[in-house]
Amino acid sequence: MKKFSLLSTRAGALFLAPATALVGVFVIIPFFWVIIVSFTNRTLLGRTAVDPDFVGLQNYFALFNPATFFTRGQFGFSLILTIQFVLLSALIGQALLGLLLAWLSQSVTPTLKSFLQTAVIAAWILPEVVIGFAWFAFLDYDNGTLNMIMRGLGLPPGDWLLQQPFWVIVFFNTWRGAAFSMMLFNSAFQSIPPSYFQAADVAGATSWQKLRDIALPLIRGHVVTDLILITMWTFNVFTPFLLTHGGPSYRTEILSIYTYRIAFKDFEFGKGAAVGVVIMLINLAFALVYLRLAHKKPVEAE
Amino acid sequence: MRKAPNIFMRRTVFSAAATFLGTVFALPLVWFVFAPFNARAELGLAIPSPFTLSNFATVFQNTFAMQALLNSLIQAAGGVVLVGAAATLAAYALSRSPIPGKGAVTYILLLFSSVVSGSAAMVPIFLIISAAGLIDTHLAVILVFAGGLLPTAMFILRDFIDAIPRSYEESAMVAGASPLQAFFDVALPVIRPGIVVVLVWAFVNIWGSFLIPFILLRSDKLMPASVAIYSFYSEAGTPIVTLLAAYSLIYSLPVVALYLFVNWKFGFRFFGGIKS
Repeated sequence: MKKFSLLSTRAGALFLAPATALVGVFVIIPFFWVIIVSFTNRTLLGRTAVDPDFVGLQNYFALFNPATFFTRGQFGFSLILTIQFVLLSALIGQALLGLLLAWLSQSVTPTLKSFLQTAVIAAWILPEVVIGFAWFAFLDYDNGTLNMIMRGLGLPPGDWLLQQPFWVIVFFNTWRGAAFSMMLFNSAFQSIPPSYFQAADVAGATSWQKLRDIALPLIRGHVVTDLILITMWTFNVFTPFLLTHGGPSYRTEILSIYTYRIAFKDFEFGKGAAVGVVIMLINLAFALVYLRLAHKKPVEAE
Repeated sequence: MRKAPNIFMRRTVFSAAATFLGTVFALPLVWFVFAPFNARAELGLAIPSPFTLSNFATVFQNTFAMQALLNSLIQAAGGVVLVGAAATLAAYALSRSPIPGKGAVTYILLLFSSVVSGSAAMVPIFLIISAAGLIDTHLAVILVFAGGLLPTAMFILRDFIDAIPRSYEESAMVAGASPLQAFFDVALPVIRPGIVVVLVWAFVNIWGSFLIPFILLRSDKLMPASVAIYSFYSEAGTPIVTLLAAYSLIYSLPVVALYLFVNWKFGFRFFGGIKS
């Protein structure tokens, strides 16, 4: 029997056209354009705005100049800061906390579970500027909720955004993003047949043993997915800008904020583009690992 | 028998831990429950006495603030319509037409869209929008978001469409329907839940975003709420807390409403990558 196609190739191409045009112009062309601009001294204003010169690898040499690499406010400092930020707030903060939250949700009363999930998800879905402002109020030295609690407990209050700006954005990003990991692990845990846990209960296993020996090995795929996705998102996140603007004195200037400053405050588009290329290469590495693993899954199941 | 107290202990410890963590997560937001209703709100936590809606009245009288909400709505609605229409058509074509290499297309688009992030692409996006003469227009924001959100939207919708039996449309076509009729009258109503998910996801993304409009827009009359909110500072640079708190609450309402809607309709769980 002949299997006729529902949509001819011509009609299919027509259906694809609007999406292709939009993605082409606003995703694929920027990908190549940023590479080209990174080899020029293009600026936002002045002569080089209209007629930039080709400068070869000069922008990259400037980024990786060993003399200034580790100096505050330079590329290397920002790169290392970003790596620490990702390790602490995504891999340790969001993933571990998400796992804990999902595990706790399994074994508490429905009321408590919905309270917990609502609080965690609220932190995730509210618009970023609202969250930024809420944290600004939360951390205020004189009246902020955090210092109110510190004083109540007899602990010294702190001017957190000035004294510990890096830890503030680490905790902030952990708090903001934990919901994703929690929900991913929620659905992962639900995919495990309850009889596995019941059998373990009969054998007298502790909760920790059930998590370590039953749940974690079964959801390994989810864990890998989670780690790669939250790493990519945290690596590219711009939200800390709303809390610290990268300061004080560059101490929270992660790569996304650094790019913004170089391109739109210092108006050095060429150098900003070079940073963009480095970010894209790192993103590409993560994306390839992720797609490879995601592609493998059906094979493993065989 | 010996195990009973153990289970009780475990329950208590787990409940205490859940309560503690839930409270920690809620704490930075508690302030928002009270400040909008307090005519003398400051950055500190205080129960308003009396509860008042005067802050909201001030916001509603502020034409700039209201214009910004309207701008957010224009940009989000424009982006959502574009993403919804283009993604549905494209996903349907990828699922149903014999175009060669369509698997690779989806794969490559997803790869590009995750590599070309806002922080990496802000320079070329600004340059493209400049070259097109679209700087400082609603259209600029709408187009950039549509392009950025489309690959994921197509991916989610393609999954939905692949799950629908082809026999639905086939029998319609045997009965004499044209391919277009089969798409609009048979397939589209079945895919609708998938489209709703994509629309909500795109709306929340555009409505809450800061960086793209911050870079692409200049004039006050086009600013969406996310950028306009930063003008609620006095000339001395201190925030006008009463206004900010009430405005933030109004600005958050659509997102909360959509969350409740999705939660009620589908259960808020996983739809592929629901966050960009």
